[in-house]
Amino acid sequence: MNLLTQLLSSSSKHDLSQEASSKDESGKRAFGKHTAPFVVLLLAVTLLASAANLFLPESSALYVSTYTITLLGKYLCYAMLALAVDVIWGYCGILSLGHGAFFALGGYAMGMYLMRQIGDRGVYGHPTLPDFMVFLDWQELPWFWLGMDQFWFAMIMAVFVPGVLAFVFGWLAFRSRVTGVYLSIMTQALTYALLLSFFRNEMGFGGNNGLTDFKEILGFDLQSDATRVSLFVITAIMLSLVFVSSHYILKSRLGKVVLAVRDGESRARFLGYRTQNYKVWLFVYSAVIAGVAGALYVPQVGIINPGEFSPINSIEIVIWVAVGGRGTLIGAIIGALLVNYAKTRFTAILPEAWLFALGALFVLVTLYLPKGLMGLYDQLKSKYRSASDASPDSNDISSTNKEANQ
Amino acid sequence: MKNFLVFCGALFLLFSTAIHADSSDPTTPSSSMEAMLVELTKVSLKKSLPVLKKIEHESSEEMLPLFSTLLSGNLYYLKSDRSLLARVKQDGKTEYRPLFDSPTANNALTLSKRDVKKVKVNNKLRKYLRGAIARIQLTSKDIAKRQAAVRSLLSSLDSDTIEHIHQLRSQEKNSSVKNMMDVALNLYSAENATSDVARVSAIRHLEGSLENDVRNLLTKLTKDGQSEPVRQAALSALKSIDQQVNRYALVDQLFFGLSLGSVLLLASIGLAITFGVMGVINMAHGEMIMLGAYTTYVVQLLMPNHIDYSIWVAIPAAFLVSGLMGVAIERGVIRHLHGRPLETLLATFGISLILQQLVRSIFSPLNRQVSTPSWMSGSVEINPVLSLTLNRLYILAFALLVFFALLFILKKTSLGLNVRAVSQNRNMARAMGVKTAWVDAMTFGLGSGIAGIAGVALSQLTNVGPNLGQAYIIDSFMVVVFGGVGNLFGTLVAAFSLGIATKFLEPVTGAVLAAITVLIFIILFIQKRPKGLFPQKGRAAE
Repeated sequence: MNLLTQLLSSSSKHDLSQEASSKDESGKRAFGKHTAPFVVLLLAVTLLASAANLFLPESSALYVSTYTITLLGKYLCYAMLALAVDVIWGYCGILSLGHGAFFALGGYAMGMYLMRQIGDRGVYGHPTLPDFMVFLDWQELPWFWLGMDQFWFAMIMAVFVPGVLAFVFGWLAFRSRVTGVYLSIMTQALTYALLLSFFRNEMGFGGNNGLTDFKEILGFDLQSDATRVSLFVITAIMLSLVFVSSHYILKSRLGKVVLAVRDGESRARFLGYRTQNYKVWLFVYSAVIAGVAGALYVPQVGIINPGEFSPINSIEIVIWVAVGGRGTLIGAIIGALLVNYAKTRFTAILPEAWLFALGALFVLVTLYLPKGLMGLYDQLKSKYRSASDASPDSNDISSTNKEANQ
Repeated sequence: MKNFLVFCGALFLLFSTAIHADSSDPTTPSSSMEAMLVELTKVSLKKSLPVLKKIEHESSEEMLPLFSTLLSGNLYYLKSDRSLLARVKQDGKTEYRPLFDSPTANNALTLSKRDVKKVKVNNKLRKYLRGAIARIQLTSKDIAKRQAAVRSLLSSLDSDTIEHIHQLRSQEKNSSVKNMMDVALNLYSAENATSDVARVSAIRHLEGSLENDVRNLLTKLTKDGQSEPVRQAALSALKSIDQQVNRYALVDQLFFGLSLGSVLLLASIGLAITFGVMGVINMAHGEMIMLGAYTTYVVQLLMPNHIDYSIWVAIPAAFLVSGLMGVAIERGVIRHLHGRPLETLLATFGISLILQQLVRSIFSPLNRQVSTPSWMSGSVEINPVLSLTLNRLYILAFALLVFFALLFILKKTSLGLNVRAVSQNRNMARAMGVKTAWVDAMTFGLGSGIAGIAGVALSQLTNVGPNLGQAYIIDSFMVVVFGGVGNLFGTLVAAFSLGIATKFLEPVTGAVLAAITVLIFIILFIQKRPKGLFPQKGRAAE
C-alpha cells in the first residue's frame, strides 16, 4: 500500500520540480488560507468515517456502512478528476471535453492488473487468459497485456499511458496554436474515437463489457471491509497530495506564467515565454492526475467499460468544476462532491428528473453563477464585510477568481 | 336427410355458377379447359404436373391467375362443385373469391374453412410454376414484364423454352427485350451447342452481360471437363465481366459515399451557419435534428391516411418547430453569453440534455418508426449489379437543394446581407443601423430550422429516437471544422469528401475503424491547417 502512495505521489509531481525553486514564503503560500484547513478536514472526515465503519457495531447510530464508504471513495475519485480539469480549464483556459479518456485509460490499466490477478479462478479456469479472451478463442495474451500482472508495472502504465497521450495530443495541438472552441471539439473527438475503438472486441480490452469480476488487489480481497476502507483512505490521501501539489505549482512562478497564458497568450508569447511548452506540460500533469483518479476508481466500483469514454461523461466533469467555481481548486472538489451527491439522491428518487436537473444546472450555472459556488461565497463574504468593516484584506481565492473571469 | 340437403345446395351452387359463367365474363375458361380445371382438383399431388402442363399448352395469358395463385399457395376449391377459388386475406379476414373474377369486384363468398379444400403444391411444382408464369408473360404487352420474364427464365432454360424465345425474338420490337432474349439464346447455346465453334462464339457474345446466371454458367465452363477453346473463351469472358462488375461496385460505393455525404451536409449545414457565421457553438444542434425527425413522426400520426403527402407538411412543420426552438434558445440563453464561447458550449449542452429527456418523457425512450412515402421507396435498377435506392437519391437531391437555397438566402436577400455584415464586424454593422440582436435571433432560427429539415430527411433513413441527434453532432462539427468555419462551400466539399472517404474505407477496415480513421485524420489535419480546407481570408478572418 505504501508503495502505491509513494509511486503515485512521485509521478504526479515529476514534471514540476523545475519550478520548485521559488523559495520565498513558498511554504506559506502553498498552504494558503483554505488549503491547510481543507486538507485537515478531509483527512479527519476520512479517518472518522473509516473508524466508524471498522470499530463500531452495525447497530450503532454512528455506524457508516461499507456501501457509504465505497460511495465516498468514488466521490473522492471524481473530485480528483475535477481537480485535473480545473487545473487546465480554470488556470490555463484550456477547456478539455475529453478528460474522461485519461481517467478511463488509467482505469483500464488498473483493470488489466486486477484481471490478471483473477488467474485461473475465472469462469473458464484458464491459467493466464482472462475470460473474455478464452471466449473469443484467443490462444495467447496480446503483447500489451504482458507485464500487467505486476502491480508496479500496471501503476506505471496508469500514469504513463494518459501522460503520453496527453503529451502527443497537446504537443500537436498547442504547437499549431489550436485554441478555444476548436480545441474543445478536438478533445471531444479524441475521447469519441477512443470510445469507438474500445467497443471493438478485437482491441483486446473486453469490448462492450469491459473488465470486471475482479477478485483481489495485492492479495487483499476486494470485497472485504478492510480493503474497501483502505482504498478509501488511500484515495483521500492521494486527493490531498494532488490538491497540495497543484496548489504549490499554481502558486509558483510557473503558475504565474500559466495564468498569463490564460489571460493573454499572445502577450505572454511576445514577452518571450514559450507558451506552448507551459500548456503541454500542464496538460500532461492534468492527464496524469486523471489517470491516477481512474486507477483508484476501478477497484472501488469493480468495473471499467468503454462507457467511461463517452463524451457526455467528460462534459459532466466540466460542469462539476463550473458549479464549484473554476479557478479555485477547492471549488472543483466541492462541485464534484455536491453534484455527485445530488446525482446519487436524484437517480434513486426520480430517475427521469436527473437529466432535467443536470441540464438546468448547466444553463443556470453558466448564466447566473459564472464563478460558481466559490464566487457566490466570496460575494456574500465581501458584502458582509463591507457592511461591517471595509478592510481591503484580499485573500488568494478572490484574486484568482478575478483572473478566472476572462 | 342431411345428405340430401347438402346435395341440393351443391346443385344450386353449380347452377348458379354455371349461369353466372355463361352470362357475361369474357375471361371465363372454355368447356374443355373447365374439364381440365376440375381434373386439377381431383388428381393427386404427383399427377397434377401433367395436367398443369396441358393447361399451359392450351391457354394463354388468361390462365395467369391460376398459376400465380397456386404458386402462392392460395388456390382452393369448393368441395361441393369443385370450382376454383382464390383465398384473399384482407384486414385480418380470410375470404374466398372465384378465381377468375377481377380482384376489385365485391363478390367474396361467405364460406367457412370446412367448405373448401386447398390445392396442394410442392417445391417441384413451384419451380415449374415459376417457369410457366414467365413463359406466359413472354407474350405480355408490358415491356418490363416481358424483360423480367426472359430474365427469370435464364436459370431454367430447356429446348422448348429456347424454341419459344427464338420465335418471339423475330417478332420482338423493343431492343432491351431483344438483348435479353439474345442473352438467353447465347446462354443456351454456350452450354448445349454441339460444335465448339458455336459455343465459343456464343460465349463471346455473353461478355457484355452482367446477369448472375451468365456468370454462374461461365464459372462452370472454366472447370475441367470442357474442351480447351471453350475454357479459354469462358475465362476471358469471365474476366471482362468481373472487370465490369468491379467498375459498377465502385460506382455503388461512390453512390453510398455521396449519400452519406448528403446526410452529413444536411446535418452540418445548419451548424455551419450558427458556428461559422455567428461563432456560436450550439451543442443542442443535434437535438434540433431530433426535433425535426419527431415532427415528421407526429405529422404522420396526425394524417395516417395521407402518408404520401405527409412529407410536404412535415418539411415546413419541422423547419418551424426547430426554428422557433432555436430562436427561443438564442433569446433565452445564448444572448446573455455573448463573447464567451466556452460558456455557450456548456449552456447549450445543458439544453440538449433537457430536450433529450423531454422527448424521452413524451414519446418514450424507444425508437419510433417513420414510414416512407410510397413514391420514395423502391430503387432504380441500372443493371443487375447496380441499383440505386430511391430514398437516398431523393435525399441527395434534397440536400443540394437546401444548400443552394441557403446560399441564395445568404447572398441575395437582405437578411443574408445583414447576417454577413454582423459576422464580419458586429460593431460596425450596429453603427450602420443593423439590428444585431434581431439578426442573431434570425440567424440562429435559420440554422436550427435547417437542422429540423435535416431531421425530416434522416427520419427516412434511420429510426427516430432520443439519441438521434447525438449520433451526428460530433460528425457535424468535424465537417464544419474540416471545411473551414464561415465557408458554406467548404462545408459542402468537406461533407462529401468525408462521406466518400468513409464509404471507401469501410470495406477495407470495417465500419468502426473507418469512423476512427476519419476522426484521427481530421484531428491531424486541424493541427496542420487549423482554419480548415478553405480558410477565410482578409480582415474578416481576424
